[in-house]
Amino acid sequence: MDELVRLLQLAINGTAAGCIYGLVALGFVLIYKATEMVNFAQGELMMLGAFFAYTFIGMWGLNYWAGFALAIAATAAFGYALDAVVLRRVIGQPQFAVVMLTLGLAFIFRAVAGAVWGYDSVGFLTPFTNKVADFGGGVILGQDNVSIIVGTVILCAVLYVFFSRTPLGIAMQASSQNQLAAYYMGIPVRTVFSLIWAISAGVSAVAAVLLVPVSMIDVNMGILGFKAFAAAVLGGFGSIPGALVGGIIVGITEQFAGRFLPAGSMELTSNIVLLGVLIVWPQGLFGQVIRKRV
Amino acid sequence: MRAMFRTSYAQDLLLARSPAAWGWYGLLMLVLLAIPHVLGEFYVGEMAGVFVFAIAGVGLMLLIGYTGLVSLGHAAFLGIGAYTNAILLTKGVPFIFSLPAAGLLTALFGVLIGIPTLRMSGLYLAIATLAFGSIVGIVLEKWHGLTGGFDGLAVPTPAIFGYVIEGRTGVYYLSLAILVAVLLVAMNILRSPLGRAMVAIRDSEISAQSMGIHLAFYKTVAFAISAGITGLAGAAYGHYTNYLAPDGFGILLSIQLVTIVFIGGLGSLHGAIFGAIFISMLPQAIALSRDSLPFGIGRLPGLEPSLFGIILVLVIMFEPAGINGRWLKAKRWFGEFPLHRRAAFRRQKSYAKSERLR
Repeated sequence: MDELVRLLQLAINGTAAGCIYGLVALGFVLIYKATEMVNFAQGELMMLGAFFAYTFIGMWGLNYWAGFALAIAATAAFGYALDAVVLRRVIGQPQFAVVMLTLGLAFIFRAVAGAVWGYDSVGFLTPFTNKVADFGGGVILGQDNVSIIVGTVILCAVLYVFFSRTPLGIAMQASSQNQLAAYYMGIPVRTVFSLIWAISAGVSAVAAVLLVPVSMIDVNMGILGFKAFAAAVLGGFGSIPGALVGGIIVGITEQFAGRFLPAGSMELTSNIVLLGVLIVWPQGLFGQVIRKRV
Repeated sequence: MRAMFRTSYAQDLLLARSPAAWGWYGLLMLVLLAIPHVLGEFYVGEMAGVFVFAIAGVGLMLLIGYTGLVSLGHAAFLGIGAYTNAILLTKGVPFIFSLPAAGLLTALFGVLIGIPTLRMSGLYLAIATLAFGSIVGIVLEKWHGLTGGFDGLAVPTPAIFGYVIEGRTGVYYLSLAILVAVLLVAMNILRSPLGRAMVAIRDSEISAQSMGIHLAFYKTVAFAISAGITGLAGAAYGHYTNYLAPDGFGILLSIQLVTIVFIGGLGSLHGAIFGAIFISMLPQAIALSRDSLPFGIGRLPGLEPSLFGIILVLVIMFEPAGINGRWLKAKRWFGEFPLHRRAAFRRQKSYAKSERLR
């Protein structure tokens, strides 16, 4: 029983970490589905979101929820501007040129964040910090982890309704499926793309704020983006449920490897799992295989 | 602008485009050979660094620029080459064997990782090589018995037939020799059926396949050659730094190597050299200008990576053909000097192209 509970807690912790990876991966996938760009600065957008939240909540002393909302809005506005100013200009260039471009952006963001907020680790108090939730039967979980999972579920539900029910969401789906046809139907495709960047940045801001109770904010937290990217690829790039499943796989693998395997093998294991999955399913778990007609 | 008239198909296969080009390359070679006798020790060392990066750049250019496969794990190949060479030298193997062994073993690793991963394309390949790179990095750290772990590994001084390759001048000539050899190999590959097959795969996998090109075979060969050349660069890198530490071969180095190819200009060997010059000179240029910048900008801790990022962003936004493209345009501008047309280099309007279908 004891061992079972411990395994359950490990799984929950892994799921919580995986939800964060999954949310950042969701940001990757949203942008990729719509514009076929791969944004390697996604982790850095998350880092900026965390610093915005720190500014509003930790420095200005705003209410947690107000600061949360403001941080999402600020990061989303930043994402919109980023697309409108930079990314819109490189449409039509090879996919990997854009990857390198966003890698360059990531370096810039990191340096700018370091210059503005400094290189020390910071954090702020949230309603979930250092509290536990007792589920009975000896299952005791940190509220921080529970809040991450609940937050992810809520966000996914909101996004699902948005994309399937609202006119804007359907316009987004249309422009991601066929740009030209979307133009003909009178959808302002360029604005829609910028809005998708805004949503993606907003989602990573949510991930950042949910992450705050478990991890400190610092300039290098964007490294997490690489794991999220792995999660997105694992799930089959371009599949939204795939991104979340991929994230949870990466998160749980890490937790269990950290617990049962010798120290330092955590990163090794997750990489080996990733490589193994890709060798067996070269298109990822949920990837679509589309063949070109000639 | 000198017009190029081709009068036979054989001209398409020449190594250099004109006899004049051979003259210029020869002159450059003479200058490079003379440099250690003219410039100081410091500059010779810096130049040797440029050569090492250029070797790796040529290897990666064959893969990214000519075959269209992206690898984010080439630092691992650099590391494997460096450690193979250093360990063999420590065990008393002569340098003339350890250097090719480093190249061959790395190429073998290239095949091993290439066979399973080359079924993937684009992003999937990039992330798989990224994972491979980080696995190799961790193994280099943890395998204490072989690599010395974080204690590092001193690289013995190499000798060829009793002639000891010492100091910066020695490394300079060594890496120059490897670079010239690698460039000749690359130039010859590119005019052979292998090179043509690689370019065909880059331009369209489907049409290459329908012309009878065996995709998996040629991709694996390209990957192996690229890895092998990077392994040679690794061996030279070991002698350049004299000391190997396992944390030097991570994702950052991989990104730097890919940056060489992108900033230099995709699809040209000149570009690999230009990119290598850029990557190795940038830190020095920043260090030299650090004190003369206004408002204390020079003392910001994140200056180097941010400058690196800004240049990368600007190059991809405004000059996708890289430094080499700029160089060709400058040459053309001077070639037709008073009659230059304004619209000559206007970029075509580009539309989003789908890479989901391959």
